[in-house]
Amino acid sequence: MSDTVSQFLEAAVRTATPLAFAALGEVLVERSGVINIGLEGAIIAGAFGALVGAGTGSVALGFAAATAAGAIMGTVAGGFIAWLRADQIVTGTAISLLGLGVTGTLYRTMYGAAGAGLTIPTLGSAPVPLLSAIPWIGSALFAQPLTTYLVYLLFPLLWWLLFRTHSGLALRACGDNPAAAIAAGIDARWIQFVALIAGGACGGLAGGTLVLAQSGTFIEGMSAGRGFIAIAIVVLGRWHPIGAVLAALLFGAAMALQYLLQAMGWSISYQLVLATPYVLTLLALAGLAGRAAAPAALGRADLGDA
Amino acid sequence: MLPHIPSALSLSLSTVDVTAYRRVGVGVGFAAGAALSVVALLWMLLVLTGHDAGRALGAFWAGSFGSGYAVASATMVRAIPLILAGLAVAVAFRAGVWNIGAEGQLLVGAAAASAVGLHLGEQLGGLALIPALIAGAAAGALLAGIAGLLRARFGVLEIISTIMLNFVALHLVGYLVRGPLQEPTGLYPQSATLLLAARLPIILPDTRLHWGIIIAALTAVSLWAALRFTAAGFRVRAVGANPVAARIAGSIDVGATTFAAFLVSGALAGIAGGVEVTGVTYALYEGLSPGYGYTAIAVALLARLHPLGILITGTLLGALQAGGAAMQRDAGVPSVLVSIVEAVLILAMVSGARRPPLARARWAGVGDDTRARSATTT
Repeated sequence: MSDTVSQFLEAAVRTATPLAFAALGEVLVERSGVINIGLEGAIIAGAFGALVGAGTGSVALGFAAATAAGAIMGTVAGGFIAWLRADQIVTGTAISLLGLGVTGTLYRTMYGAAGAGLTIPTLGSAPVPLLSAIPWIGSALFAQPLTTYLVYLLFPLLWWLLFRTHSGLALRACGDNPAAAIAAGIDARWIQFVALIAGGACGGLAGGTLVLAQSGTFIEGMSAGRGFIAIAIVVLGRWHPIGAVLAALLFGAAMALQYLLQAMGWSISYQLVLATPYVLTLLALAGLAGRAAAPAALGRADLGDA
Repeated sequence: MLPHIPSALSLSLSTVDVTAYRRVGVGVGFAAGAALSVVALLWMLLVLTGHDAGRALGAFWAGSFGSGYAVASATMVRAIPLILAGLAVAVAFRAGVWNIGAEGQLLVGAAAASAVGLHLGEQLGGLALIPALIAGAAAGALLAGIAGLLRARFGVLEIISTIMLNFVALHLVGYLVRGPLQEPTGLYPQSATLLLAARLPIILPDTRLHWGIIIAALTAVSLWAALRFTAAGFRVRAVGANPVAARIAGSIDVGATTFAAFLVSGALAGIAGGVEVTGVTYALYEGLSPGYGYTAIAVALLARLHPLGILITGTLLGALQAGGAAMQRDAGVPSVLVSIVEAVLILAMVSGARRPPLARARWAGVGDDTRARSATTT
């Protein structure tokens, strides 16, 4: 029994890792006042970048290419959203389509319609001595691929950046009252642009994790809605880095639970389990599971100057 | 009965109407330009990815507009759900409601229509179609209504809630086709097949084109007329243009109008799902919609939210998808290539367009006075 539980927890953390990367990036982006529906495009670009990068034989190069590919998608989104002040929802929809289209086309062009017999190096788990021996949760938290440990570093860093630095204050000001931020001499466009690039890079890292630390291969459309899930996670985590990591864990657990239920032969109810986190997010939004307050200027194309 | 409108507001709204007339002309030119740029863009992408562009474009043409059969069975069959869902998106966006949940509303509409069609098909025969489509509309409206209620009651951004509901709908369909609605043998995750009588009849013999095209065309014309000529349509446009002005100067119940827009939008997307099930797939399964509800956003935006324009853009994007499928089949070009074309079209439009008037009013809200007030001050 305890074996099943720790296996489940391990799967939950593993599944949650890419979600956490994407969601942490989206926390940064949304705190700056932008909702990036195009995150899906960054994740799939990252996944494809990982395939190409790791194809050279180096996992590190795979992650570098994944992050760069995500950052490129973030840059495109930033160009339209931050500089041209194009509508965020419309732009995001297009960026998602663009990511799925470009990766699908390149994949089939480069590796043929059948897909390549892909042998790319992947990231194995790296158990931390002592910590991974803690009963129940040890292996779940500390016998994971290195990327999971990167999440442990990233979320306190993001918290510090957002809530303890001047740049973080400026960024949050853009999200809550861009007109006031601009009046205070903050370059809101530039901040949102940089946030979108960083958010895209995190999305790319999420895609890289998916390929290099989870599935070991690239499949067209393998982001499978994770960009949208990350947006849900940000909401459920109340636009806070720590909340986002916990919410990612919840979504990861729901997704891992489906394997457990399938293994136990409960073939139909796992669909309902999968739907639960979304319902929870809706309840959280409605204030029934604690008040969730979005950045006041989230999603607005203008900067309060219109 | 028209509401009493102070002159300043009616003046500003009549300006909107003039641009609406102009839009028709602009719209036709726009569609022609879009079609041309699609071909140019496709050619460029094909050359870039090292395909035989001539052969691929030939396949694209043959599979979309090249023959009567292709137009009817490929292009128009794909255009039907795109037009209906596009109308759903347009009516919402017109009212300042950012419903991006057409995909989920389409799915629950398909689920409800197939449930009703399967249960009543035997007793009612062809008459079962009517309750089936009504059930589809009701299910779509219900799902959108949840988002509407969350916005009215708790000020929840519908952008986020409709995304959540898309996933809830997807998993709900996944549950239904493995549980209550699964086909009798219990082997496949899909419903039983609708009886012949409970299907939308084919309208052109020897093609796959079904009566859904009439439903889509009539819906587009009715929606256009309703928005253009009725008091309710006026209220929708007024609220979408400026909710604060609509409330103060037009004494319009902004909350009720917005909520109605959610319901109508959801119902239209639900009908799209019902029509797809009864006209094309004849059974419910998870992959029923290849993202029609998301492509519908592009359909609506490219038509500048004009219901009649959506007939054109829906057909164009239907042709794009049909042609893409043919390119993959006959010229070995990945069909996802057309997603790039769609994306570039949308990006070209958002960067070329003036800021849409509703973007500014979007959050000025409904049942949420602080937002309305901040919208007045900014």
